[in-house]
Amino acid sequence: MRIALFVTCLADTMFPAAAKATVVLLERLGHEVVFPVEQTCCGQMHINTGYQKDALPLVRRHARTFDPYDVIVAPSGSCVGSVRHQHASVARQAGEPGLASRAESVASRTFELSELLVDVLGVEDVGAYYPHRVTYHPTCHSLRVLRVGDKPERLLRKVRGLSLIELPAAEQCCGFGGTFAVKNADTSTAMLADKMRHVLETGADACTAGDASCLMHIGGGLSRLRTGVRTVHLAEILAATEASTEAATEASTEAGPR
Amino acid sequence: MSRTFLGMPVTAPRGVGNLRGDESFPAAARKALADPQLRRNLQHATTTIREKSARVIAELPDWQQLRSAGSALKAETMARLPELLEQLEAAVTAAGGTVHWAADANEANAIVTELVRATGHDRVIKVKSMATQEIGLNEALEAAGITPVETDLAELIVQLGHDKPSHILVPAIHRNRAEIREIFLRAMPGVDPGLTDDPPALAAAARRYLRETFLQTKVAVSGANFGIAETGTLAVVESEGNGRMCLTLPDTLITVMGIEKVVPRWSDLEVFLQLLPRASTGERMNPYTSMWTGVTPGDGPRDFHLVLLDNGRSAVLADEVGRQALHCIRCSACLNVCPVYERTGGHAYGSVYPGPIGAILSPQLTGVADNASLPYASSLCGACFDACPVKIDIPAILVHLRNQAPHPRSEAAAMAAAAYTMDRPKLYRAAQRAAKLARIAGRRGRGLPPPLNGWTLSRDVPQPPAETFRDWWRGR
Repeated sequence: MRIALFVTCLADTMFPAAAKATVVLLERLGHEVVFPVEQTCCGQMHINTGYQKDALPLVRRHARTFDPYDVIVAPSGSCVGSVRHQHASVARQAGEPGLASRAESVASRTFELSELLVDVLGVEDVGAYYPHRVTYHPTCHSLRVLRVGDKPERLLRKVRGLSLIELPAAEQCCGFGGTFAVKNADTSTAMLADKMRHVLETGADACTAGDASCLMHIGGGLSRLRTGVRTVHLAEILAATEASTEAATEASTEAGPR
Repeated sequence: MSRTFLGMPVTAPRGVGNLRGDESFPAAARKALADPQLRRNLQHATTTIREKSARVIAELPDWQQLRSAGSALKAETMARLPELLEQLEAAVTAAGGTVHWAADANEANAIVTELVRATGHDRVIKVKSMATQEIGLNEALEAAGITPVETDLAELIVQLGHDKPSHILVPAIHRNRAEIREIFLRAMPGVDPGLTDDPPALAAAARRYLRETFLQTKVAVSGANFGIAETGTLAVVESEGNGRMCLTLPDTLITVMGIEKVVPRWSDLEVFLQLLPRASTGERMNPYTSMWTGVTPGDGPRDFHLVLLDNGRSAVLADEVGRQALHCIRCSACLNVCPVYERTGGHAYGSVYPGPIGAILSPQLTGVADNASLPYASSLCGACFDACPVKIDIPAILVHLRNQAPHPRSEAAAMAAAAYTMDRPKLYRAAQRAAKLARIAGRRGRGLPPPLNGWTLSRDVPQPPAETFRDWWRGR
């Protein structure tokens, strides 16, 4: 299958390991990955911060860039959520019904990684090897906007060597919330403190999730406290094999201590 | 947005009522977060209610259909609001009640004050009511020399403590029993000086005081959960029975009802009385559901007045996206599942309506500029949308209101610059590299400029990668 990668601006700029892992994984499964270079950012930050007008050209760009592709994947529940549940309404409110229907069409072909693997490609065992104790944080937008359910866990359970430890109060938000993390830094931190407590309770070596943004927040906190617990994107675990384990571990999304 | 009214609807006036806080949400939250007692109380109470509610909701196989039905009934109500209100007025009047229309808090307070004065009494007993808290009725009555006595136990604790409610359903959620004992000893008339902080002893003290008050007070003020247009019946849903005492014992009953509380038909209660208790207190059936239609000679109050309150609601109704906030049935499920509310409590929201529903309702009632920080008091985690028994899409309305909120000039400039850059891939690529170089050359980590220093308060900044994904892709 020919799959277009919607890399997301955050993974592109700050966490390329998650995006590279998505490419490596899909190619290993026998698919062709293409990267439309005209893509930049889906505009979610603008929309969710109250700058819908500024987001409009980004929505337009996204729809134009990805319209030629039948299947589109992103290593992010949040960005796929924005494409699926916000783009068309931004276009409609701007009085652009043509753009709205194009955005809807693109949205219907856009999948978060675990959705693509389980629903579209029909695979749960991706042949990965990751010999670590891992706990999974279901990010809010994967869980409540996309409804990915237990697809990520089903994929993780098939990873050889991996022991999956259940995260207490997993469904509670980690406190990231985009600009919420800076506009309401104290409340965000209070939420993060509880999330970190739960991650530490599991005794896991690494916390994984389908969103680099939430992992940047959780990982930034775990790193600040020198907990020694890493964060790693789901794609990186699924891309890891016995041969590549060394490399995949080095290229994690871990926030480095200063 | 299309407005089809003759005249623009106005928002709730300033200087009266309890819809505006003294400080922004982040500033108020900062104080609340530092209060260990508050954090413990909230964590315990919200977790308990949440689990109880989830258990009884799971018993109903048709919960999702009920939610959809509730949502559809509310949408119908809003679409027909003027007509339904006139139908309600006619039905209440035919049943012997008197209907008053209050455009805002000031008018409602004046109407109620005048009605109480006309009875010749100087004390009223009150049923727990959000609408009267919203308009600051107690303060207005006190200013007119009339003593309002709250009869809901938690509201009584709040009133005696000269405090403000912090939860829609559990207004004294921020108090513990030691504090309640101190408040009773200090402020409750005729209290036993040997009162302990044993919960049954505290409840008994309140009961003794309230029973005497019920028997000696001739005027009551209530809110209403539902007003049925078809029959003119008003309904109050409560758990203690104190509300029913107020609704049945006095000679005069004055009910202040927000105009959005009207429902078309008697049969609509079938849906709402299943949704409300399970979402709210986690009960299968509400303990005390009182309904009355006008006046009935020889049974209950002889004089019944219904005050229909707008106070910004017409302005909310005029917003096609935001009007869903008027669907709220005040169950407080969204508060109990909200990770922000669970940590900050209700006072941080500055309004009598806290939590996610407050974050979309208060700014719309007052105009977004007067509550500009509230739409941002959410991580958009979506737990409130899932919990809402009438399916209000709270996250979508929060985002909608953020788009209307006044923005700091520096932020607006940064956002415009970011959008400009991101719409130009070459510039974007250059910016990615520049950002990386700046990070490598400058102080990495803790010393980011405002507002990004909020990030480094508690989190390290990730190391910039050696190359962006797009550079890696090019070089493949």
